[in-house]
Amino acid sequence: MHSDPAVPVVQIQALVKRYGPKTAVDGLDLVARAGITAVLGPNGAGKTTTVETCEGYRRPDAGTVRVLGLDPVRQAARLRPRIGVMLQSGGVYSGARADEMLRHVAKLHAHPLDVDALIERLGLGSCGRTSYRRLSGGQQQRLALAMAVVGRPELVFLDEPTAGLDPQARRATWELVRELREDGVSVILTTHHMDEAEQLADDVAIVDAGKVIAQGSPERLCRGGAENTLRFSGRPGLDVASLLKALPSGSSAAEIVPGSYRVTGDVGPQLLATVTSWCAQHGVMPERIAVERHTLEDVFLELTGKELRA
Amino acid sequence: MTATGTYSPRPGAAPLGRMIAAQAALETRMLLRNGEQLLLTVVIPTLLLVLFSTVDIVDTGEGKAVDFLAPGVLALAVMSTAFTGQAIATGFERRYGVLKRLAASPLPRWGLMTAKSLSVLVTEVLQIALLTVIALALGWSPRGNPVAVFLLLVLGTAAFSGLGLLMAGTLKAEATLAAANLVFLLLLVGGGVVVPLDKFPEAARSVLELLPISALSGGLRDVLQHGAGMPWGELAVLTAWAVAGLAAAGRFFRWE
Repeated sequence: MHSDPAVPVVQIQALVKRYGPKTAVDGLDLVARAGITAVLGPNGAGKTTTVETCEGYRRPDAGTVRVLGLDPVRQAARLRPRIGVMLQSGGVYSGARADEMLRHVAKLHAHPLDVDALIERLGLGSCGRTSYRRLSGGQQQRLALAMAVVGRPELVFLDEPTAGLDPQARRATWELVRELREDGVSVILTTHHMDEAEQLADDVAIVDAGKVIAQGSPERLCRGGAENTLRFSGRPGLDVASLLKALPSGSSAAEIVPGSYRVTGDVGPQLLATVTSWCAQHGVMPERIAVERHTLEDVFLELTGKELRA
Repeated sequence: MTATGTYSPRPGAAPLGRMIAAQAALETRMLLRNGEQLLLTVVIPTLLLVLFSTVDIVDTGEGKAVDFLAPGVLALAVMSTAFTGQAIATGFERRYGVLKRLAASPLPRWGLMTAKSLSVLVTEVLQIALLTVIALALGWSPRGNPVAVFLLLVLGTAAFSGLGLLMAGTLKAEATLAAANLVFLLLLVGGGVVVPLDKFPEAARSVLELLPISALSGGLRDVLQHGAGMPWGELAVLTAWAVAGLAAAGRFFRWE
């Protein structure tokens, strides 16, 4: 069973959600299609509130939310079996064992995954008879992830799925998320890690102060802003004008400080080859050559004027 | 997109009955595995029954001490599971996001509450079986109408469940833990469980008799010790508590 690819998996229009005097989500629009969508933003941007509204936990103060075409509050009974949910933390009986809880969630679904295979896949077998409260943070995270996918949902919501994980565990989680996509499961994940969004997502929605301020594929978002940069060191006083002539139009070249050069433009393999062959023709050994790609971090900085990990 | 991958979507809720049965089984296992809960639901009632039946500490009036004590301890067992145990467990489930996570599962909220009630009833059956065997070994000779006993136990369970869930769904988990244990202790002493209510001054007694624990212990004693018919007064008190408690819990319970 697949969702109709023409229907967005999540469609949010002008969502407003307030907690007392505080406005957590302030007129947020978001359309997420099949694939992996990352909701990226700093802590307090409204990511979790947005996702929890999609999961039916929060009632919008204004605006509309549709998940797989359904209203998450009024049509919750029809929606719940079709989605998988990973909360930011908790969600498990403190005295339950990992396999016991996972088997239980599996029993609430009609066609669950093979629990033993999933335990194996996520390395939860080593938890043995340990109760949830004594598991490591990473094991608790992986169990929560397993609980989100065990019911074979069409759409999975992962709230900060790799928060607090070591690099190896993060990569294992990313791998599973990619496998989900390959098998036709859509994923909405929140993160404040740029690299996670860049590595994983087909589509990134950057959220700040309760609004989506930019959305697109990581490549498109990174291309959108300032140009990429190539830097190299060489002997001081090179003929920059001659270098510029060799470069495609739209590029720039400058000696920033004596012996340190910067080239900007459409920095790709071709431009790199042009620069190095120019150096070869002029008997210059370019040292410490570096390509600085424009990252989501830069995009975020340009859009909001602040660092993401403040 | 392939249609045959490991994770290919195939969503669907399990049949409702199976979900509720699975949930009730899990809740019961969690309860029986928890040492503090067992202390409350099994060890304390058993100790009180054995100790006070064999050692003459409290004047239990005419007749065998066990005939007075067994109904009171059964009432205590119901309170320990339906009220104290359920309040503490549910309070921490709320605190640790268990209720929240289950609310996103195919199990409807009323299904979760039904499962909790089933789990309480299963636990009570185990408690009552154990305490009955011990009481009989101590020479208990129960009398009276089993239907009246059944009604008292069910209404008592409903009354205590309402109050326990009200507490768990409104207070912080730590506050629930403290308050539920304190109430357990106070009602153990002042609810006619092991200390006859006629030991209290007249004025206090008329108030204490309106407590759900007093109505349950008194009603069970009327039937099991004195062979009374339907204890209508006690049943009415328990019904009032059940209606008020469950309505308030339904109105004020917060899932997060």
